[in-house]
Amino acid sequence: MVELEGTKLSEKEIETLPGVIYYKPFTRYKFTAGYAVSVFLEGLKRGKIVGSICRRCGRVYVPPRSYCEYCLKPTDEFIELPDRGEISTAVISYISAKRGRLEKPEFVGVIRLETPGYREGSYEFAGLFHKICGITEEDVKTGKAIGMKVKARWRPPEERAGSILDIECFEPIGGGED
Amino acid sequence: MTTKPRVAVIGMGYSGFQPTTPHASFREMMFEAALKAYSIAGIDDPRSQVDAFISCQEDYWDGIAIADEFAPEPIGGVLRPTFTVSGDGLQGVAQGVMLLKTGYFDVITVESHAKPSDIVDLGKIYEMALDPIYVRPTAPKTAVPHYIAALDAVAYMDSRESGEEDFAEVAAKNRNNGLTNPLASYAANVSIDEILESEHVAYPLTMYDISQPVDAALVAVLASDTAVDRLGAWDRAVWIDGIGYNTETYIPERHVYGTMPSIRRSALTAYGEAGITNPLSQLDFAEVDDRYSFMELLSLEEALLGEDSIELLRRGDTYPEGKFPVNASGGSLATGAPFEATGLMRLYYAYMKLLSMQEGRGLVVSWRGPPTYTSAAAVLSYYGGGEE
Amino acid sequence: MRTNIHVKDRVAVVGAGLTLFRRRMLETPQELAAAAARMALDEAGLTLEDIDCVVTGTAPDAFDGVHFNGEYLGDGSGAVGKSMVRVYVGGGTGVMIPVAAWWHVASGKCRTVLAVGEEKMSPALPHPQYVFAYIWDPILERPLEPNLIWIFAMEMRRYMAKCGGKKEDIALVSVKNKRNALDHPAAQVAGNITVEDVLNSETLVWPVNRLDISPVSDGAAAMVLASEREARRITDNPVYVEGIGWTLDNTHWYNRDLYYPRYVEYAARMAYKMAGIEKPIKEIDVAEPYDPFDYKELHHLEGLQLAPRCGAWKLLKDGFYDRDGELPSSPSGGLLGVGNPIAAAGVMKTIEIYWQLAGKAGARQVKKEVYRGVAQAWGDLMQVGTVIVLGR
Repeated sequence: MVELEGTKLSEKEIETLPGVIYYKPFTRYKFTAGYAVSVFLEGLKRGKIVGSICRRCGRVYVPPRSYCEYCLKPTDEFIELPDRGEISTAVISYISAKRGRLEKPEFVGVIRLETPGYREGSYEFAGLFHKICGITEEDVKTGKAIGMKVKARWRPPEERAGSILDIECFEPIGGGED
Repeated sequence: MTTKPRVAVIGMGYSGFQPTTPHASFREMMFEAALKAYSIAGIDDPRSQVDAFISCQEDYWDGIAIADEFAPEPIGGVLRPTFTVSGDGLQGVAQGVMLLKTGYFDVITVESHAKPSDIVDLGKIYEMALDPIYVRPTAPKTAVPHYIAALDAVAYMDSRESGEEDFAEVAAKNRNNGLTNPLASYAANVSIDEILESEHVAYPLTMYDISQPVDAALVAVLASDTAVDRLGAWDRAVWIDGIGYNTETYIPERHVYGTMPSIRRSALTAYGEAGITNPLSQLDFAEVDDRYSFMELLSLEEALLGEDSIELLRRGDTYPEGKFPVNASGGSLATGAPFEATGLMRLYYAYMKLLSMQEGRGLVVSWRGPPTYTSAAAVLSYYGGGEE
Repeated sequence: MRTNIHVKDRVAVVGAGLTLFRRRMLETPQELAAAAARMALDEAGLTLEDIDCVVTGTAPDAFDGVHFNGEYLGDGSGAVGKSMVRVYVGGGTGVMIPVAAWWHVASGKCRTVLAVGEEKMSPALPHPQYVFAYIWDPILERPLEPNLIWIFAMEMRRYMAKCGGKKEDIALVSVKNKRNALDHPAAQVAGNITVEDVLNSETLVWPVNRLDISPVSDGAAAMVLASEREARRITDNPVYVEGIGWTLDNTHWYNRDLYYPRYVEYAARMAYKMAGIEKPIKEIDVAEPYDPFDYKELHHLEGLQLAPRCGAWKLLKDGFYDRDGELPSSPSGGLLGVGNPIAAAGVMKTIEIYWQLAGKAGARQVKKEVYRGVAQAWGDLMQVGTVIVLGR
């Protein structure tokens, strides 16, 4: 085989190399949520899931957009959706955002929200990415969790801040039974 | 040499041009700009009529790693050929021109946006732009990144026997020019003396010599001559006769201060394609980089618009009513520098200006700003709505 | 997009170069880029002076911790004083680089293009994983403190639920690719492993185990592309770019059924249309689908129309995609075996197709005669498909 260039270092070498530069970025932002997402966040504060609808194609968007990305026109109005749906996919996380090992595994997944006018199994749907509670590792591994009916567990009104975290998680309706 | 097909800008739109835009996300600003551009271009259904979408942006400006994730939805690019150029909008236009010249594509959208008001400390972002090993550890922590431009300004003064009064004149000219430009948030009725009396941010540059960041989104629709015909867009087709972009070294020690060779090479490419041999007589006006006042003078020289741009300025030629108006829009000094959208901002003004003329030809030059030495240039022309 | 147009000048690949792919490298990003570029120029018998334009690519700027990362990389990519552009579609960048190089040449604007992909993931602390925290929507996703592996695990779980493949079926991709990589000169994590090894490796986010994932890598890869006229001077048997395609899906990945990458299908159809390919599974002889995770190769084979929907894992079991199979897939060893310096990895995959078609793949040369191959990369929040078809 041809010999390629490149000098491999061990983890130890990289720390003891002369002239290693440590630099901590200090980049900070205050992101503008914009019109549609602001309405969504205010809805969460009230304990409601708000979407937007495009009357031209009938698509319902959660989280809401102020424009329909398929018709490229402004969406027509905001609508409230039921705070329940079914699990499209769910996984068990044993690691944190920084790759550390978690003491207790976490469940996260995609929730397909109940949306009037949408046929079951459509490729596109109104939905949210969130944590899931009240299910077991077994439920995820056997596939029992997929398609399970779930409902938002809201934080108490006084704790809500207009954040995606105003929903604590989605939990099975009726304690895990369908 | 002009290769077939010929390429035109057939519509442009914008949103923002305010120091802050708290009402809209950058995506909503992109959408507004896109709708306006498509409306002018006469594109009813961008999702089927546009063949590819180009968004020009940088991760650290948006505060999102892999910021192209957010590019497609607002401009009609969902499930369509959309990609990002990590560079100035004019570099994106150059990619669009190439795509059209392959013959496989007929209509291209180019977008760029900036939301500097989302950034808490812009100096820290600029610090990230320095080589992490050789430059960052010893770099000044104040007047970032203006001290880098100041190095060029000092070297320019030195080599041209020009002085702060020339820079101040450019700053005064452009800030006053902006008073007639509805987009110019930083226009001012300021005098040369007032500028000369104000404090230096980084010698020899005062706050009037330095452009401010501004929130803006811009969209340009490009079309091949076939598509211009099909869309009946001759009346709004501003032709891109030539376009070039160029990058110089990123190593500060290797840059020759007081010069900007990337502008010269970009302009030479654009002139070559447009068949321009004597720019000053063959062009009617120029919108050139003025992120810093001295850059207008340097840009003109590097773009071969006369041997001595200070002389042009002193004679009054580059004023709006002069022989060769430069930055009649007010440039970045009056309108601001919306990061990578700066090139499209200059293109927008040139586009509107040409449409208002019976017939004309202009030059647009954009530099990406410190600490880069990357630039782009385009020659644009308009024939008053008829076929050439 | 129009097709069947009169092509002014076909675009050929005339040189390729790689560095080693390793977890931690001494060289700076610029030095890695320069080493790969030099090797590519050498194969083409060209010098930097012969190069008209440069295309570069590197994925999140946050890995290098450098803003204006394209400019930073330019010095090592031979871009000083040239037209240089950095194209960027996240993980899909690697294949977007040669795609962009194609339009530079096909437009007549450049006769020769140096296309360079580089990635140095190792400098990011505390772990490169952390950089990925910034790819999520800052308002609706980042507050949940997501780990990048979550999104892959969710997609893999959905694929398993909808398509029926089990963890052990999917692990076979990892086994195949790490084995293939034993013959690759840049390989970082080649090896003869078993399905059990994959299943017994650390579970990170079920269903994803450590050996389901490609490693963290540093490395660079470069190609030289040229007009047909230039290519004829360099070689008697040029390999041509026959089709290019790319697609970006919407940002809201959780508004889509993750079992199938429709964006890869759209990108592939664009490239196949240009190449005049009607039955990809019959007309493509060798494939390099993007495989940062083992299920992703299956996902992408289906998107590329090189397997029936939900059917790739079954064909894999039958040896269909082995190096001596009917449609060898990732004969290089892929990202799972050779390594995953993101933007460089996609270039490496395109290079593998080039080397296979040019008969230069050495011990990795697939058994069947090959005339046409496809390379593909994926990126962003389950959004990007970039595809290139090469032929001879």
